[in-house]
Amino acid sequence: MTLLHIRNLSVDFATASGQFRAVDGVDQDVNESEILAIVGESGSGKSVSMLAVMGLLPWTATVTADELTFDGQDLLTMEPRARRKIVGKDLAMIFQEPMSSLNPCFTVGWQIREALRVHLGMGRRERQARAIELFEQVGIPDPEKRLSAFPHQMSGGMNQRVMIAMAIACKPKLLIADEPTTALDVTIQAQILDLLASLRDETGMGLVLITHDMGVVAETAERVSVQYAGQKIEEQPVVPLFETPHHPYTSALLDALPERATEKRLPTIPGVVPGQFDRPAGCLFSPRCQFANAKCKAEAPRPSSIELGHARCFYPLNSNERAAS
Amino acid sequence: MTDPVMTATALERHYEVSSGLFRASRTLKAVAGVEFALYPGKTLAVVGESGCGKSTLARMVTMIEEPTAGSLTLDGKPVVPEDWASLRKSVQIVFQDPYGSLNPRQRIGTILEEPLKINRPDMSNTERTAKAREMLGLVGLRPEHFDRYPHMFSGGQRQRIAIARALMLDPKVLVLDEPVSALDLSIQSSVLNLLVDLQERLQLAYLFISHDLSVVKHVADEVIVMYLGRAVEKGSRDAVFATPFHPYTKALLSATPQADPRAKKERIKLDGELPSPLAIPDGCPFAPRCWKVQDKCRATRPALSGDAHSAACFFPENSPT
Repeated sequence: MTLLHIRNLSVDFATASGQFRAVDGVDQDVNESEILAIVGESGSGKSVSMLAVMGLLPWTATVTADELTFDGQDLLTMEPRARRKIVGKDLAMIFQEPMSSLNPCFTVGWQIREALRVHLGMGRRERQARAIELFEQVGIPDPEKRLSAFPHQMSGGMNQRVMIAMAIACKPKLLIADEPTTALDVTIQAQILDLLASLRDETGMGLVLITHDMGVVAETAERVSVQYAGQKIEEQPVVPLFETPHHPYTSALLDALPERATEKRLPTIPGVVPGQFDRPAGCLFSPRCQFANAKCKAEAPRPSSIELGHARCFYPLNSNERAAS
Repeated sequence: MTDPVMTATALERHYEVSSGLFRASRTLKAVAGVEFALYPGKTLAVVGESGCGKSTLARMVTMIEEPTAGSLTLDGKPVVPEDWASLRKSVQIVFQDPYGSLNPRQRIGTILEEPLKINRPDMSNTERTAKAREMLGLVGLRPEHFDRYPHMFSGGQRQRIAIARALMLDPKVLVLDEPVSALDLSIQSSVLNLLVDLQERLQLAYLFISHDLSVVKHVADEVIVMYLGRAVEKGSRDAVFATPFHPYTKALLSATPQADPRAKKERIKLDGELPSPLAIPDGCPFAPRCWKVQDKCRATRPALSGDAHSAACFFPENSPT
């Protein structure tokens, strides 16, 4: 079943130098008990689109969409009060920096019990018991003692586990993890990714993994959506995405991985992601694309068919038309 | 084989950590007994997780901190604090974060000329400017960038500026402290290519510090794996990646995600985290997390043998014996 249903989501920021479109016409579906990865470089709008779903954007942002529903409820027309009942309960998020996302003035136990009190209205004893249970679930040793620790007394890996425990405290239907392991060491990263996948298996929640690490995507995700400069440019299940990418950007990104290199010099993508003032007219990737022609530079491509991974490209790679031309 | 530019023998760095007003301070051994040699045109990579002493090692090599014990040599001459001022120009460093390491109030030209102003007082203004402009071209930036400020550049370009600044004094050794981990994937590859080109052209010795094993596998010639301030394995890149001896190296390699969804491999899950560097176990530092641990490991600390590829372990993996 579709948990999250997004059609034509755009987010504009009012900046001192004018409107800036951070997310541009993104369509996305997330189903129950699936792991969707959203990949992109910095500035690709991957975090902003999910923050828009959570309703956590500042007032300078304008969110527009044709459809934005979670679990059958329309998030666009919902009252803020009703939305706050969902956010943090059925729809939870893990942030990148565990150190700066936890409140340094309260013990982690207080912070996790707060979520239980606000959303589930549990009694004091129940809250304590549930908090201990959650800490055990995310693999924090000695949970009773750790509940009264402050964030600065624990390591980054432990704090990230606390964040995960808080996010899953109310058994969410959908968990959005925004770069959950970027600040962590690889051995801890492996532990956290295994933990997230096993939670998905146990509870059947949907999991959205926002990341820029292709290795993490390949090992964890089932479906992958690639974003570039605010647009979703391709979406495929994980195996075909790595084997037959359709958008030239995806292909170039995979080629740039050091582990795929065959010689000392790596293939590169020239140029940089376009910013606020240098958005090209046609395809946003055309200035950096090795296949771009006059049409690409003048006209913006629409997403193609599902067989071609919805690639926003006139000449998708690994396709019959391309082989013919 | 050519002579090494820089060698380190039994390098140690301890810090005194105060544990309260009336208690004796304790000693934190950030780096203990690390040895290596850097050769011109070769890259030595130091890998390890946070807290393993990689950055402390970089600070000693760049003569920011004095080793507590052990010795460093540069071109066969011992590196002692009295000579630091004259030796420092041969060892330069590129930092991880190109946003924090460039002065936002200085133009690129000023940033590049500053090392010359301090270390080459004999150079004239025009010579300095000419050298800075030449260096700008060498790292792949355009001449018009000379008068711009750092905020006008992207992360990858800033890292190029940081590399150019490090090269202004014609160093022999370049310490790269996580040079690409703050960069996006599409930018990372072009900076790595630049580093490869510069090394070939200038015969630089790189000390490449990183936690990203896929990058290390690409750039390194020799690899040192560190754990809690100690080198637990050293060897050539191919040997370490193909047949890791130390269980920690093996776990580190298996934990590194591979960008291939079909590669279904057994991930070795390490329990727990790094112990506090103040309370390093008596025996092998990795013993509390090791799955092959035996009584011997807890009692005595294994040492690295003198072989080209060796691990500080009593029961190494993939061992011929």
